[in-house]
Amino acid sequence: MGILVNKDTKVLVQGITGKEGRFHTERMLEYGTRIVAGVTPGRGGTSICGIPVYDTVLEARTSTEIDASVVFVPPPVAADALMEAMLEGVRMVACITEGIPVKDMVKVRKVAVDCNATLIGPNCPGVVTAGETKLGIMPASLFSTGATGVVSRSGTLTYLIVEALTAAGIGQSTCVGIGGDPIVGTSFTHMLSLFRDDPATEVVVLIGEIGGTQEEEAAEYISEHGLPVVAYIAGKTAPPGRRMGHAGAIISGGKGTAEAKIKALSAAGASMASTVSETVEMVKNLLSGSSVAAMSQQGA
Amino acid sequence: MELYEYQAKELFRKFSIHVPAGTLHENAEDIYSSHHLAGNRLVVKAQVHTGGRGKAGGVKIVNSIAEAFTSAGEILSMTIRGLPVRKVLVEEALSFSRELYLAITLDRDRACDLVMLSAQGGMDIEEIAGNSPASVIKIDIHPHLGLQEYQIRELIHSLSLDASDRMELAAVIRKLYRFYNETDATLAEINPLVLCKGTFVAADAKVVIDDNSLYRHPEFRSLRDINEDDPLEREAHHRGLAYVRLDGDIGIIGNGAGLVMATLDIISQEGGRPANFLDIGGGAKADVVRKSLEVVLQDPDVKGILVNVFGGITRCDEVARGIIDAMEQLEVKIPLVIKLCGTGEDEGREMLRGAGIVPVAEIVEGARRIIGLVRN
Repeated sequence: MGILVNKDTKVLVQGITGKEGRFHTERMLEYGTRIVAGVTPGRGGTSICGIPVYDTVLEARTSTEIDASVVFVPPPVAADALMEAMLEGVRMVACITEGIPVKDMVKVRKVAVDCNATLIGPNCPGVVTAGETKLGIMPASLFSTGATGVVSRSGTLTYLIVEALTAAGIGQSTCVGIGGDPIVGTSFTHMLSLFRDDPATEVVVLIGEIGGTQEEEAAEYISEHGLPVVAYIAGKTAPPGRRMGHAGAIISGGKGTAEAKIKALSAAGASMASTVSETVEMVKNLLSGSSVAAMSQQGA
Repeated sequence: MELYEYQAKELFRKFSIHVPAGTLHENAEDIYSSHHLAGNRLVVKAQVHTGGRGKAGGVKIVNSIAEAFTSAGEILSMTIRGLPVRKVLVEEALSFSRELYLAITLDRDRACDLVMLSAQGGMDIEEIAGNSPASVIKIDIHPHLGLQEYQIRELIHSLSLDASDRMELAAVIRKLYRFYNETDATLAEINPLVLCKGTFVAADAKVVIDDNSLYRHPEFRSLRDINEDDPLEREAHHRGLAYVRLDGDIGIIGNGAGLVMATLDIISQEGGRPANFLDIGGGAKADVVRKSLEVVLQDPDVKGILVNVFGGITRCDEVARGIIDAMEQLEVKIPLVIKLCGTGEDEGREMLRGAGIVPVAEIVEGARRIIGLVRN
């Protein structure tokens, strides 16, 4: 069924006529995503891969029902596109764009909270419900259907882990990238709570990295509620004060180290992996115990 | 982008925030031509991107131009926390009655900006917060409404100041907030903010500008290079590469920040020392891969390179082409180990084998190989 989107989700692509938007629209359609409309201001009336393009989200919504949007819009206008989607009533938005100014994101995130919309990203690869739908840029061939949920701040590192899980015969339920920026729309904790309530998910893989306190907050949730989690934290060797690629991957004022995250998650009962193959082994172990047994272990 | 103190103060001036009169010098001799500073008590301050300047001897109060000249000469030959001092700021030394701490910064955990004020300026904020947490007043700024007047009153409330000083402080806070917003800063810190005869002056200034906002600040473009401490990092940024220089001997290149960080971790786990972080980004073409190799190879400490690429949008044959081009054009004498899989992997690996490079299928194996090759 999917914790965020499924095969029936009607999807809007914002920035559909751009190079990225167009390319990934084709890939998403190939996967089976139900794309119903696109928006690029000034290109209304045209179509991409048979999908009608509109000038505004309002126009698109008036013409057809829309459940979710995926945004491929450049940084200078991305915040505006996100606000447009949410304020015009789109309840689930995935933002792929990297490079949005943090000042804009502080405003956008507040809009998401006020509109009660789920905002994934920015600077994320999107979300895949295996076998059903994909919003974003994750390579479709990696996925197989199963009971492992994946939530991550990374892109390609996530793909490596999903690929390895599939190769080991371990399929996925939902895989969601929450993004690599310092201010993102959705937290690990929120995704864990959705996975916990999802009957299709038995184990969750959490892929974190240096910077911020998302992983520590997730550890608190795992402690309180119990959930079988395998966690991989990247950045053990990152020096303090340096941005490691992702805008949010920075150890600031001594806070946000991989060490602290590993400590918190481990204390909460998560299995900590240091390599892709370790991650797969640990997922196998958690899956082979029954989910009830695993959850009561975690909660102890 | 972290600014030097003198750059932050120049910007503060533009926003009508008082700063001490001062001049910037790259060599001690220039100090003699700064006539307006003669005869006053002066302070000579190292301009480096790190804290702890005072403790390292990089901040000296002097009583004459001659002494300033001597101190500047000493400070300009220093290295503080690994950073060579290339510039000094020579300012009038202020006499003040109060030292406060004032800062506006992004609180990423709460996803909003906040203002911090303390009556105990002049110390490290962690020390202040540690010694007397109650003395640090923090107020969250509403993401849409901004900083409100009543919040400024709340901030100032607990400080014992007379009425006119209170008004002055409120004005500084308003100006700093305007500065913070208009420059897309993620940190604007004044420590200490000193009270000199009824005027608040920023005795020190630390400003960090959001890198993602630089596209909308053409006025800061010239500051970028000046603020790049490492020449290799400057070069990499010119080429649009995400690169951080470290101090090991195994160069690392990969696609995706998390994947590259993980690769650094694995090298370290296996007993190696990464020389750098380099993320070629998504969908990289052969020329980006070639440029990345060029940058890494410019580091004299690098004795071997590990490349870790997952081909999603990025194509393995493109990456292989970039690597082969680089090998041909530069004279690569050091060992190269490459883990390459995903889109176009068969073609990519074939191309590499043809050029005498052996691709590995698994990263831990790759790490062990390169570490072994570098040791021999």
